[in-house]
Amino acid sequence: MPEPSPSSERTSILTAEDVSKVYQMGDVQVHALRGVNVPLYEGELMVLLGPSGSGKSTLLNILGALDVPTSGRVLYRGDDIAGHGERELTNFRRDHVGFVFQFYNLVPSLTARENIALVTEISKTPLDPREALELVGLTERMDHFPAQLSGGEQQRVAIARAVAKQPEILLCDEPTGALDFKTGIRVLEVIDEVNRSLGTTTAVITHHAPIASMADRVVSLADGMVASEQRNDEKVSPAELTW
Amino acid sequence: MVSVLDRKLLRDLMRLKGQALTIALVVAVGVANYITLRSAWRALGDSKAAYYEQYRFGDVFARVKRAPDSVTDRLGEVRGVASVYPRIVEEVLLPIDGMLTPAHGQIISLPSHGRPAMNDVYVKSGRFPEPGRGDEVLIYEPFANEHGLRPGSTIPAILNGKLHELIVVGLALSPEYVFAIEPGGITSDDERFAPMWMSGTSVAAAFQMEGAFNDVVVRLEPGADEKAVLIGVDRILEPYGGLGAYGRDLQISNSILEGEIAQIEAEVVFLPGAFLAVAAFLLNVVFSRMVTMQRGQIAVIKAVGYKNSTIALHYLKMVCVIVLFGSAIGVAFGAWLADAMLDLYAGFFRLPMTRGRIDLPVAINAVIASLLAAVAGIAFAVRSAVTLPPAEAMRPPSPARYRASPIEQMPGLRRLHQTTMMVFREVWRRPLRTVLSSAGIAFALAIIILGRFGKDAHGPILDLQFGRQQREDISVIFKNEVANRGLGYLAHLPGVDQVDGYRMTPVRFRLGPRWRDSVLIGLPPDSHLRRLFTRQFQPARIPHSGVLITDVLADILDAKPGDLIDVELKEGDRGTRQVRVSGTIDEAFGIQGYMQKSSLHGLLREKPTINTALLRVNPEREAELHRYLTDIPTVQSIHRKRTVLERFEDQTRKTMQVITLILTLFATAIAVAVVYNNARVSLSVRSRDLATLRVLGFTRTEISAILLGEQAIQVCLGIPVGMVLGTWGAKALIELQADPEQFRLPMLISSQTYAFSVVVILAAAVLSALLVRRRLDTLDLIGVLKTRE
Repeated sequence: MPEPSPSSERTSILTAEDVSKVYQMGDVQVHALRGVNVPLYEGELMVLLGPSGSGKSTLLNILGALDVPTSGRVLYRGDDIAGHGERELTNFRRDHVGFVFQFYNLVPSLTARENIALVTEISKTPLDPREALELVGLTERMDHFPAQLSGGEQQRVAIARAVAKQPEILLCDEPTGALDFKTGIRVLEVIDEVNRSLGTTTAVITHHAPIASMADRVVSLADGMVASEQRNDEKVSPAELTW
Repeated sequence: MVSVLDRKLLRDLMRLKGQALTIALVVAVGVANYITLRSAWRALGDSKAAYYEQYRFGDVFARVKRAPDSVTDRLGEVRGVASVYPRIVEEVLLPIDGMLTPAHGQIISLPSHGRPAMNDVYVKSGRFPEPGRGDEVLIYEPFANEHGLRPGSTIPAILNGKLHELIVVGLALSPEYVFAIEPGGITSDDERFAPMWMSGTSVAAAFQMEGAFNDVVVRLEPGADEKAVLIGVDRILEPYGGLGAYGRDLQISNSILEGEIAQIEAEVVFLPGAFLAVAAFLLNVVFSRMVTMQRGQIAVIKAVGYKNSTIALHYLKMVCVIVLFGSAIGVAFGAWLADAMLDLYAGFFRLPMTRGRIDLPVAINAVIASLLAAVAGIAFAVRSAVTLPPAEAMRPPSPARYRASPIEQMPGLRRLHQTTMMVFREVWRRPLRTVLSSAGIAFALAIIILGRFGKDAHGPILDLQFGRQQREDISVIFKNEVANRGLGYLAHLPGVDQVDGYRMTPVRFRLGPRWRDSVLIGLPPDSHLRRLFTRQFQPARIPHSGVLITDVLADILDAKPGDLIDVELKEGDRGTRQVRVSGTIDEAFGIQGYMQKSSLHGLLREKPTINTALLRVNPEREAELHRYLTDIPTVQSIHRKRTVLERFEDQTRKTMQVITLILTLFATAIAVAVVYNNARVSLSVRSRDLATLRVLGFTRTEISAILLGEQAIQVCLGIPVGMVLGTWGAKALIELQADPEQFRLPMLISSQTYAFSVVVILAAAVLSALLVRRRLDTLDLIGVLKTRE
């Protein structure tokens, strides 16, 4: 198995170190991850590629403190968060991580702006919700409720919500999974923009291989293990992607 | 072989067990309530009717000083009168060993041959007295039980000033003493009051009433005009000292019994209906959510070829299981409770109660009513399940539409926290659900108030009546008026600290066409031991001329201060005098009028006399004093205030404790069901939002506040409404109360009762919320986010 190449000039902000995850499904043990080592370097855009069932969502959930590994360590700036309690994990998510999901998960009873304010009100150094909406190009829709927005618009609001607290890390789980091609590209552009302009360390999960070309680094998972890791010397802008 | 759909039904029910159980309990409470009230209503009503019929309870009653037997025939000629039964009724003292004050007996004459033609006696054990045996009596069974008397026992009695040893030959009850109150008493007291029946010739001999009667019972012809009969009877009895005839409505035992029956009748319509309405509403909430959650399943079931009717039946079956389970508990609990309630009544109302096992039609009605209410509750949910085309059902439901709630537009609230806004908008999205949930909470709170407020009213009323108005320790009632100097004699008896006396005379108050028989009391101007108060609890002074009347009497006569009313005297020259109403006073018992004693003597054209003495006594010498009092031949009865008060408090406390406990349990069942089911459904609807918030970094406490905020609003809205509802209900109950002319409860609900009801509701709400809150700890963050709703 190829090891991630050592990088002297870049510091890893979040690292999965020898992480395994076993689910007990009735009488059967399912090994979702088997000793995975994946670092996330400061400021990079990493794409986690893999077929469904490869363990990529499990890895993302563990990195984002939504789940804990069965064994191994999760180091945030050198501190192992895997052994932390529920309260510390909540605070870790609150302070450092932004999430974007396949199904947006906006709160239907709050407008676009209020969905963002939901997060900015509990964060330490938030953007103004309007500023966050500007970033995703939706200022004119800010007083609309989710039911009044298209899927792509909802996903852009979700991204604005995720970045509004200026997290160090942005984790996106199949952000284009529920969208058509054109809308998907628009969403990826926004993620790329956030990574570039705010310098937010970003990990994107996808099973669409072409998306990998917009990343700084691509980690492929298969069967709960890292199958390959590759650096893109030439990043492609999302507008040029096709699949 | 259980069909697949039925297996689904059972599994769905197992999954919903918490909700199904809480709703079933509300159904159970409704059914139990209906069965209890209905059974009690029926048992009391039927028993009363059968008892009155079998023992020939009269229709019209009259007391008279002394009328010759020949008057009976004239009474029989009054138009509308079917038959007349003259009797002798006399008051006697029963100086029983071990009792501080003598008990009070009421001797009723029996005919020389056969049974009484009216107001017959139900002999429970022993036999009727032999004609002419002046020492044999039938005695009121509850009194006998209190004193351990059996046929063959003896009992001392002072008949017309002479001590006799009477032999008890039987224990009896009578339709005229279903609720036995001694004359001038405020409640039944089995230890101190004993109706007794004795051979007529012996009573006549003992009281020098040969060839005469002083009490008459009349049976009316069917369709007779009772009012006309009362006037006719009064006209004939007038010259003989008639005290005014009255119908069953004013016969004290009957009026209390009928008042209770009327109260149950009012409750039987309202209370169970409200419980079933709550159950129907909760079923609507739970089933609407379930149908939404099972859209996909319904689509598949339809797609494979099941008929709409099969799907409708599937959900109806589910609700039937819940309702029948609840009904089964309700029927069992109701049967037990009905029995307990009748036991409680048996302690107050002495009549042969026809109480069988559970009344089957009543139980069946209760179950059918519950089923109908439940089906009505889930009708909309089932309809939407049935009418959904399979293809549409396969797609997820369109997202819920929200609007800004008006509360956010209020000045000062524009900058509400996002999470607070989520709560308000959820409430605003389903205003009807909020209103109905609050109504359920309000109803629960109101019934706690109804169960407790009686206690509040009793305290102050007893304090006013027995603390501030009646300041004596003992009152002594004389058979006839005695000269004022009699008070001087009493003042010198051992243990007497202070003495007051008043003159009381029976009168008919009349203003225009309105009249009422009552008594007029003449108090000395410096009366220390009897004081009067206005409705505002201010001391009322008795003016030199004119009469103070109780509020209720003023209402009956439609009299205002300043009005001239007629006072028709029933003793002396029996003339009619005009007296000015100088004011009204507030008293808990009776409808009497008061004037200065000297003015009353003027009215009666008599020398100063008294017929009631009030004594303040030294408790250490009370026993000695009572021996002297009992020996005074002119004494008719002796009342010890503390005994009366203790008896009254004891009776009301026992009843109140039971009622408070039961109604509080009922209310808790409702509050738990409303809050728990709403919170569970809310959790199901919002688990996705809440999981998202948890992922975004919100703590469990923060998301609990969002989930339970909605329930908190419902409870907070319900509480003040419940207080108002409870207050109205209390008012309505007071108006339904037995007989306002006898006893009046003031409209008074203490802050403790309000506080108690709020605390019970809040505790039930918090407990239910905690049960749901536990589920937030196991919220599947990842699972929820991975699926599309």
